[in-house]
Amino acid sequence: MQYMVPEFEVERNTSRCISCGACVRQCSYEVHYFDVDGKTVLADESKCVACHRCATICPTHAIKIKAYDMAYKPHANWTPVVQQEILKQAQTGGVLLSGMSNNKPYPIYWDRILLNASQVTNPSIDPLREPMEIRTYLGRKPKKLEFHKNGKLKTKLEPQIKLETPIMFSAMSFGSISFNAQKSLAMAARKLGTLFNTGEGGMHPGLREYSDCAVVQVASGRFGVYKDYLENCRFIEIKIGQGAKPGIGGHLPGEKVTVEVSNARMIPEGSDAISPAPHHDIYSIEDLRQLIWSLKEATQYKKPVAVKIAAVHNCSAIVSGVARAGADIVVMDGFRGGTGAAPTRIRDNVGIPIELALAAADQRLRDESIRGTVSLVAAGSFRNSADIVKAIALGADAVYVASAPLIAMGCHMCQQCQTGKCNWGIATQRPELVKRLNPEIMHERVVNLITAWNHEIKEMLGGMGLNSIDSLRGNRMMLRGIGLSDRELSILGIAHAGE
Amino acid sequence: MLKREGEVRIPSGCAISAIIDRDGTRFSGADIIESIALMHDRSNGLGGGFAAYGIYPEHKEYYAFHIFYDDNDARVRTEEFLFRHFDIETFEQIPTRKVKSIRHAPLIWRYFGMVPQSKMRKNDYDADEYTARCVIRINNTITGAFVFSSGKNMGAFKAVGYPEDVGEYYMLDDYKAHTWTAHGRFPTNTPGWWGGAHPFTLLDWSIVHNGEISSYDANRRYVEQFGYKCNLQTDTEVITYLFDLLVRRQGLTLETAAKVLAAPEWDVIDRMPDEEREICTALRAVYSGALINGPFSILVGFKHGILALNDRLKLRSLIQAKKGSKTYFASEESAIRVICPDPEYIEAVDGGTPVFIPFAEVTD
Amino acid sequence: MKKVIAREALCLDCKLCEVFCRTAHSKSKDVVRAHLYEDPAPVARITVEGDILDSVAVNCRHCDDPACVNACITGAMHKDPETGIVSCDESRCIGCMTCLAVCPVGCIKPGRTAVKCDLCQETGEPACVKNCPNRALVYVEVGGDAQ
Repeated sequence: MQYMVPEFEVERNTSRCISCGACVRQCSYEVHYFDVDGKTVLADESKCVACHRCATICPTHAIKIKAYDMAYKPHANWTPVVQQEILKQAQTGGVLLSGMSNNKPYPIYWDRILLNASQVTNPSIDPLREPMEIRTYLGRKPKKLEFHKNGKLKTKLEPQIKLETPIMFSAMSFGSISFNAQKSLAMAARKLGTLFNTGEGGMHPGLREYSDCAVVQVASGRFGVYKDYLENCRFIEIKIGQGAKPGIGGHLPGEKVTVEVSNARMIPEGSDAISPAPHHDIYSIEDLRQLIWSLKEATQYKKPVAVKIAAVHNCSAIVSGVARAGADIVVMDGFRGGTGAAPTRIRDNVGIPIELALAAADQRLRDESIRGTVSLVAAGSFRNSADIVKAIALGADAVYVASAPLIAMGCHMCQQCQTGKCNWGIATQRPELVKRLNPEIMHERVVNLITAWNHEIKEMLGGMGLNSIDSLRGNRMMLRGIGLSDRELSILGIAHAGE
Repeated sequence: MLKREGEVRIPSGCAISAIIDRDGTRFSGADIIESIALMHDRSNGLGGGFAAYGIYPEHKEYYAFHIFYDDNDARVRTEEFLFRHFDIETFEQIPTRKVKSIRHAPLIWRYFGMVPQSKMRKNDYDADEYTARCVIRINNTITGAFVFSSGKNMGAFKAVGYPEDVGEYYMLDDYKAHTWTAHGRFPTNTPGWWGGAHPFTLLDWSIVHNGEISSYDANRRYVEQFGYKCNLQTDTEVITYLFDLLVRRQGLTLETAAKVLAAPEWDVIDRMPDEEREICTALRAVYSGALINGPFSILVGFKHGILALNDRLKLRSLIQAKKGSKTYFASEESAIRVICPDPEYIEAVDGGTPVFIPFAEVTD
Repeated sequence: MKKVIAREALCLDCKLCEVFCRTAHSKSKDVVRAHLYEDPAPVARITVEGDILDSVAVNCRHCDDPACVNACITGAMHKDPETGIVSCDESRCIGCMTCLAVCPVGCIKPGRTAVKCDLCQETGEPACVKNCPNRALVYVEVGGDAQ
């Protein structure tokens, strides 16, 4: 007997259903089906994950997905979700897996921070009338520039990455997401003057033409890492940890390792792709230093090297160590960051919010007088342009976003990425699902999203009396906390609203 | 209770004015007082001040420290420190004249000191750096003492009051300088603290500034990485430190420093010839934390001359005029015409375009 | 001339093209009424062939030298010399379906008269193209005839 009741209910408005069968053919979870008459559409609700593909594609809006309205004897501790999880484990004996990101109601500090605007003593600036600059350079910078007597530049700058927006697309590997999803991001990145990230799945040959806007990742599995891979990018990112699952590695099940995935990752078709928890050649900061400099040596010092870590309790010290180990860019990924698959307990309980981690790390680097030499990128859930403005004011040079562009491409946060059945063609390798995501359409939607955010960032900058993002970076006086404790304010390095 | 300057950030509006004799001929402070007095309405009596270059020719090898003391106790402790760290040639109370509107004056002293050879041998930095550190140390650690001027052959004079009253109070008509700058302040809320009046100075740097920079905290957190402490939380303080950092400590030319603070826009940089583009891109990428944003017009005085600089959008007024060997700057044209009715040249300073007037060798 | 081109690699087998073709050629132009209440029921002039793995929407090619026009015994089926669109004049069609028999792509549907794609001349943009969720159908200039 199944001990679990369905999570969702499919409500079909029969007065509108025209029996076209689009829902039947579109649901990879096989929720909808035709009755024997070939006309009446029925639903097996226990399979529904609330991805909303059917409701979205239904030409008559006859489908509504509702929460399964089941009464439980009220219990604040043993909630229905807690019980369901136990039932699932009692049935399978397995680790609970989830996709996307931490869904527990931890404080979201972005929503507890308010922005400033100019009034009287200095003018706000109208972005429609005045230049409003959001161009950002990432890469290692010297503390000072030296010039020859004749005015020529003496200091030789290490390679710098020009971004036309401080928003980049975070790592999502080919394997965890589809080729079409990756290609959409690559196309969008090129149009926007920013970068996408291959993740740890190597680079599909179809993306080679986008190497001028690619970040290539070197992770613990070293999938797909070879000379050409390292040379065909803007910068290299060593992935130590991921916000959604700090401290553990990755596991791409064999069934997702199709011919193409196997080629890109350079592993046998159908074999499980296992990324170990640590890099087995990095057990210490000095080992990391060796890898950083090996990668630089391998690419003739033409490629900056970034190191990505998950935001954990002592991350500001780690960030400082990583910067001193030679990383040109340090990426911190907060505990609300996304994933294709993570053990639910890890996803929901390990790591700290990016807001606190970023504020602490930026201050730590300043205390050590090295903030100006290294670029700091924040990741781990930026939901809108205001979150990004706040992150930059806390001290980030740029941010990584992934969930937001995925939502732009159709993701409805059903959190079933690990099943590989993504009805939106994002987190899947099944050809009939992958083709649902047409890069031609989806890259436009992503470009639209980021363009809209760019406009909003410029509006907010102008309101604050700034016309360059350079003057927002670390400008914490533009921020005020609301409803935060003294301790939280002091970690964020901001005053309370009204002060 | 109202907070004192430095405990809270106070936005201010202002008037600024300057006169430079490019031949180095020295002249009294009467004209600069008249010029700044005309812009009376641009200040509100909560701060006024002057900087004068070339006033101490007889002590020109010595750092001239102008210091405010809240009480004698602060003076004793500061002098104990000063005499230990410098060879003080002479010191005295700065002469003042009674002016009705200037009240609650602190004790105001000046000292002419030289860095002892013994100290120079011990430290691996130069006399300027040594002196700057000592000044910052006094201001940070000795309660009730504030060094408001520390350059050679120059001095700042400032107080809570209207600038014309401050000029009279310090008897500036008795001083002769080849360059004068003046400032009248319009803070939005402050009980007024003498140290918080402008110009703000460090070593030979003196800055008068009109505007409120929106990038303040980005700039503050940038310079603080290099050991500066922005105690006053004023724009002028942070701009002074930026110039000191870029020009004195890092060796950029004043013109290059201006390109950092009021950087050309990316659109403009993208159209520059290769070499210039490379330089400007590097400057913006490396010194992004030093970009000043928001409305400002500043007059920066230092060892070699005066630099006038407007924000890149030209959000604050600043006028330049010339007649004979004299160059004038002021927030308003009228403040120039009142002392120089028929200038040979008069024009607004362009946004983001530095104007540098070098000092001549002082002749007398 | 402009034709509807099917890009089979992008076809999802959702058949929304059929749904909206029917609606566009219905009396009410309302998707629910067209499918549930109209009599005679409107006929889709486009058909998705294949299955969820491989599918493609097939409709009239508006051929340069159309077999259906040549075969029509009443002259109801004709090709507009200016637009190149092949359509059936229902007032002249007797429903003999010779055209259906000779059409090489099977794009003429039986009814009281012959029914076929008219490229939604009334609205300017074919409904199948407008409503394809994946741009598997595109309406593009392909050159050729229009004599």
